[in-house]
Amino acid sequence: MHFHPDRGHRHKITSEITPASVYLDRRRWLLAAGLAGTGGLSALEAASAATAPSLAPLPGAKSTVPGALTMDKATDRGDATSYNNFYEFGTDKSDPARHAHTLKTRPWTVAVEGEVRKPKVFDLAELLKLAPMEERVYRLRCVEGWSMVIPWVGWSLSELIRRVEPTGNAKFIEFYTLADRAQMPGLRSMVLDWPYIEGLRMDEAMHPLTLMAFGQYGEVLPNQGGAPMRLVVPWKYGFKSGKSIVKIRFVEKQPVSSWQKAASQEYGFYANVNPKVDHPRWSQATERRIGDDGGIFAKRRPTLMFNGYEPQVGQLYAGMDLARQY
Amino acid sequence: MNRWLLHPAAKPLVFLLAGVPLAWLVGATLANALGPNPAEALIRRSGDWALRLLCLTLAITPLREALGWTALPRLRRVLGLYAFAYACVHFLSYAWLDMGLAIDDIARDVAKRPFILVGMLTLLTLLPLAATSFNRAIRALGPSRWKALHRLVYATAGLALLHFFWMRAGKNDFAEWSIHAAVIAVLLGWRGWRAWRRRPSARPVARQHSGTGDLDHGNAGDSPRVRGEASTARRA
Repeated sequence: MHFHPDRGHRHKITSEITPASVYLDRRRWLLAAGLAGTGGLSALEAASAATAPSLAPLPGAKSTVPGALTMDKATDRGDATSYNNFYEFGTDKSDPARHAHTLKTRPWTVAVEGEVRKPKVFDLAELLKLAPMEERVYRLRCVEGWSMVIPWVGWSLSELIRRVEPTGNAKFIEFYTLADRAQMPGLRSMVLDWPYIEGLRMDEAMHPLTLMAFGQYGEVLPNQGGAPMRLVVPWKYGFKSGKSIVKIRFVEKQPVSSWQKAASQEYGFYANVNPKVDHPRWSQATERRIGDDGGIFAKRRPTLMFNGYEPQVGQLYAGMDLARQY
Repeated sequence: MNRWLLHPAAKPLVFLLAGVPLAWLVGATLANALGPNPAEALIRRSGDWALRLLCLTLAITPLREALGWTALPRLRRVLGLYAFAYACVHFLSYAWLDMGLAIDDIARDVAKRPFILVGMLTLLTLLPLAATSFNRAIRALGPSRWKALHRLVYATAGLALLHFFWMRAGKNDFAEWSIHAAVIAVLLGWRGWRAWRRRPSARPVARQHSGTGDLDHGNAGDSPRVRGEASTARRA
């Protein structure tokens, strides 16, 4: 496998990558200590992190796409599956893990339509076999100022795009998340105009780092993580990566994403991770890496331009004023 | 009810109860049991509790008059001071965990972000209230000046709500905010309504109705020397 020379990338020494069993044990110990220390009052929290159920395995070969395997230490699986934003299941970070069990991921179809020569409704089984599964370890930076490192399993979105043959009019792609009130209690809230819609420019969607993910940590995606299929665009804030996708639409005009519709002054279409462009309510210059040593007193890390993927994606935005097109 | 409120154990009991969330936050912090993002959890929960204690403090006078629990105000000071304590934990956890105690970073953050500025102003309005919360301060200021000063708490409530609103506006999520806003609107609205009813032009009628309101038994547990002054002062 090749790694790009270190151009703005944080490559850590291999010993920093702790084996899963070790960090899970450490975590369990800390949780046990927490229980003792607070007289059992934190039992709820401890239980949610420690008892993440095991899911069907979904292995992937190590990706050879440049930048696809960060050396940063992967986030504890318990943290990654208990601290999520998935507003269809509630606005609290712990809501998705608690409520997403109602999501039915089989049968599942994905309609690919719009400006394409071969529109098609794909069955999930077809999508799972569409291209070889790859493991990619990406940094994930949330617009709220925290970050994780997730080992995803999936294939480059470009594999799907090529197969449906976009027409010359296809300039952007819209991604639609499932919106079913019967399965998703969060849809009763007026926070967003459902369904959740996100979009990418065609060259962004075709970039090899743009991943259609079906798994994480060597398993199929948990429901709260956007099962059975979600987008992962590692150089953009997490909300650009739509979960539980049911429709992919190729369009000519720049889509209006759900967050743009809800608060256009706060969320732009591009939403590239950029330490120099602040969110109106907080700075984006630093981030809190979930699970960093030091726990509550861990220092915030500097946020990297394009989340550290500048060598790979910087040229996509050459000449753009990123302060205005945020 | 008044007998319970006047029981010698009532104040220590409220002191202990209102301190339970604080003890929990401290314990969970030390035990690293605040979930995957402990810093955010501490900042948010301490803010939540500051607002809740503020609501409870503001509920004392309306409850006393509505339910006739004349001894209720003796519990107000401890609740108000806890609101201040939670607000301090809220600010200190932000300053330490988010800003690394870098004064220049904090100053820049305050100047740049109205949301942070309003939070800081909220805390500032609580400072003089906490500083004049003991009996000698009440005596030194005199009841009417003390009372006027402590009306600042209405501004605290408005600023705290604005701070919370702006924070949630980032995610367009106003469910919890609406509940707190409704509670505070009722508590302040009741005061507005009472003031209007007692306006000078309405006085002949209002006098009759407010007969018991002027007789405050609320400070029975306080030092007898300040009792008379404090009783009127504590009505704010």
